[in-house]
Amino acid sequence: MSSKAQRPLDLERRRLTAGGLSLAFLWLGSGKANAFISARRQDGDAAAALADGNPPFAPNAFIRIEPEGPVRLVMPNVEMGQGIYTGACAMLAEELDVGMDQIVVEHAPPNEALYGIPLLGGQVTGGSTSTRSHWGVLREAGAVARSMLVAAAAARWSVDPSGCSVKRGVVTHDKTGRKLTYGALAKAAGALPIPAKVALKEPAAFTLIGKPLRRVDSPAKVAGITEFGIDVKVPGMKIATVKACPTHGGTLRSVDDQRARALPGVIDVLKIDNAVAVVGEHFWAAKRGLEALDIVWDPGVNADLTTAKLTQALAERSQNGPVIPGRKVGSKPADGRTVEALYQLPMLAHAPMEPLNTTVQVSADRCEIWVGTQVPVRCVSAAAQVTGLPESQIILHNHYIGGGFGRRLDHDSVEQAVRFAKQVPYPVKIIWTREEDIRHDIVRPMYYDRISAVLGSDGRPVWYGDHITSGTVLARWMPAAMGKDGMDDDIIECAAETPYAIPNLDVNWVRHDMPAGLELGWWRGVGPTHNLFVIESFMDELAHAAGKDPIDYRRVLLAKDSRALGVLELAARKIGWGSGALPPRVGRGVALGSPFGSHVCLIVEAEVTPQGEVRLRRAVAAIDCGIAINPSSVEAQVQGGLLFGLSAALYSAITLKDGAFEQSNFHDYRNLRMNEVPQVEVYRVDSPEAPGGLGEVGTAIAAPALCNAIFAATGVRLRSLPVDKHHLIADGAALKSVTADAPPPVDREHTRVPV
Amino acid sequence: MGRGISHRDLVMYSLDINGGKHSVDVPPDMPLLWVLRDVIGLMGTKFGCGIAQCGACTVHLDGQPVRSCVLAVSAVAGRAITTVEGIGATPSGKKVQQAWLDVDVVQCGYCQSGQIMSAAALLAHTPNPTDRDIDAAMSGNICRCGTYVRIRAAIKQAATGNAEVLQTLAADAT
Repeated sequence: MSSKAQRPLDLERRRLTAGGLSLAFLWLGSGKANAFISARRQDGDAAAALADGNPPFAPNAFIRIEPEGPVRLVMPNVEMGQGIYTGACAMLAEELDVGMDQIVVEHAPPNEALYGIPLLGGQVTGGSTSTRSHWGVLREAGAVARSMLVAAAAARWSVDPSGCSVKRGVVTHDKTGRKLTYGALAKAAGALPIPAKVALKEPAAFTLIGKPLRRVDSPAKVAGITEFGIDVKVPGMKIATVKACPTHGGTLRSVDDQRARALPGVIDVLKIDNAVAVVGEHFWAAKRGLEALDIVWDPGVNADLTTAKLTQALAERSQNGPVIPGRKVGSKPADGRTVEALYQLPMLAHAPMEPLNTTVQVSADRCEIWVGTQVPVRCVSAAAQVTGLPESQIILHNHYIGGGFGRRLDHDSVEQAVRFAKQVPYPVKIIWTREEDIRHDIVRPMYYDRISAVLGSDGRPVWYGDHITSGTVLARWMPAAMGKDGMDDDIIECAAETPYAIPNLDVNWVRHDMPAGLELGWWRGVGPTHNLFVIESFMDELAHAAGKDPIDYRRVLLAKDSRALGVLELAARKIGWGSGALPPRVGRGVALGSPFGSHVCLIVEAEVTPQGEVRLRRAVAAIDCGIAINPSSVEAQVQGGLLFGLSAALYSAITLKDGAFEQSNFHDYRNLRMNEVPQVEVYRVDSPEAPGGLGEVGTAIAAPALCNAIFAATGVRLRSLPVDKHHLIADGAALKSVTADAPPPVDREHTRVPV
Repeated sequence: MGRGISHRDLVMYSLDINGGKHSVDVPPDMPLLWVLRDVIGLMGTKFGCGIAQCGACTVHLDGQPVRSCVLAVSAVAGRAITTVEGIGATPSGKKVQQAWLDVDVVQCGYCQSGQIMSAAALLAHTPNPTDRDIDAAMSGNICRCGTYVRIRAAIKQAATGNAEVLQTLAADAT
């Protein structure tokens, strides 16, 4: 299969930069192996295999076969729900010719040389890159192992390997019917040289890839016996919980722990410069202890910081700040109808179901860490810095992750845990409360985008300009990946390049850093989640300005992008676009994009009640993700990803008051619940192209489809998130009809009809 | 502080968990969740919010679903507690767990113990739930991964025995 770029990449820009979290990978070319990870044994692999029980057959970092027992597969990425363990197993098992029921999976140890993706900053799971980066390597790793095992059997029988076949881990000499299992061959195969070249299966011969596979991690998760980081048990372990200065960037002035220490079960009260931890026999003692502390904080420079001030600063900077060029093609025509709009996005928390937690034991010569992390090597480096120990003395055990969404691409909680744990002689599990988890999230940036377009006489855009103002994640997280000209390519991803044939454009960025102490992080869908909301909402505006149907309007601009056109047509057909009238205040909205090397179209059907409540009725997604390793997982990721995006669009914002986040738990940081979830249908365009990313695609496309549906239902264009129902109230009478029988409201603010 | 029972005192409780007896010496106001996890060592019941908002900690008390993060241990002594580790021994729990596997519901899986406990309680009392019944029984359980569509399908499959067909099993040729 060729892996041609699906759209023109601005290689001049990307030549020297790694780009954003997902662009880093596109730059490599999807599906290609890279300099680090290898299907063959490397220097570090012998040591890794030794630490792994020294199995007789370990031809590379991913496969371990012993005389008895299942085939052990070491997973280069972490599993946080995206299904990568199942996908990676399918890629390995396909070429190895073993059944999915004959394997067990293991978390990879921290080892950049064996499992690192250099342009993602090392051993990192994120940016919807896992399948794309390992598609070539893991199949080749399986084929290398199979070739050696077959060679060992052929040598035993003194026959030509080409006369042997493999099924479910058993090598058969076809002519004589002699059979040997992989286990029986492991020792002999381990002594053979690693082949320089192996042939991979043709896709038509796949028996696992492309079939709907059940997840390898389901049985344990359904039984409740999967060990997440928070479930770790270490002998002698105590439990702690933490409170950091609520004001971001603030520090600890003093703490009176007399009452806390008197409580039964409280063992220790520990301090670092900006946080306090109470250690207990169990979490309840620790939490009670924390509540009993009298803490005095020094709020620092952000004592007066509010969201309004941040928004104001962004607005001013947008007018006056230095412009960093992103992508410019042609110039803005002097004539034509101009459409302009301002779009704004809020800060967002991740709120994974498993609150942040780390278990640490520090001794004089060793630091052992149990955690679920997307960045194991970064955790090791941080622990080495905090303890002063060499990295070789930091032992990290990675775990299943109870939701990442980008939060566990940062390791602040791990570093904090080591700083506390090095003060005590016992192992300690530090669990953040949900309140701490949200109040000290490393949030998705705010964005302030002024977008405009010039329409030709036929109503089609002949130029668009997107002037983005925001902070940057990349500059902190991987500064070396920033462009020479100071550009962060994540900021413009899916804005600088769209599927549409628009001849002239100018996409640029004004960087506006947040105040010190307010850190910004990756959030599911990264750059595309931001830009697809703006671009696809604005496309809807342009269609209406031109008096065209939103699907028709996009269709004519997609003549040169058959894959994007394919998903647009499929989604439109499946929902029955244009056929039949919808009830009053019910509308359908479409959004289209090509994020993460995939192509996706989402159509949302929503009803807006007279009181302004949005009810999701139906969501139809069409996806072309190239070869679908596991179609069941494609469906699950698109379904889940778009519900994650719809939750955020409907309900989520992190706001600041006195430099502290105002939200703290699921009552004020809302998530869609079962009764609010629409019918979600996912359809797939069959494609022979190399696999695209999936984990973030649904999230990135969710908000614009929703807001376009709301516009279709009400005529109200929402240009900021989350959805503000005050703008959607039909008229004052609608509110009276529900408040007439209700007791007098305590606070009438929320019933005011906006202008 | 007087001599009466307060959170400063430890009290011995005998708990009936999944049919087995456990004696614990804990503060009376300690939520059952932390007794299960940090005292007894049953880790299948999860901590998600601590304020009965997310349902990750759902267990059964005398067959009824309850949020163990806000349920004081003093209120449960002597009553039948069932956790995800024991739910497979009940007819509805067994059906639900099998349907969860058949439909391949889980993603990160962290909320699923609670989802399964809520679904098992629903089916134990309402063998053929309507969509509205499912909404009512399951809306206390948050899933950040967004597995709701498959949860609904799995509950229906557990109830009826009819397989819900995954929509993308066959790609749609355009």
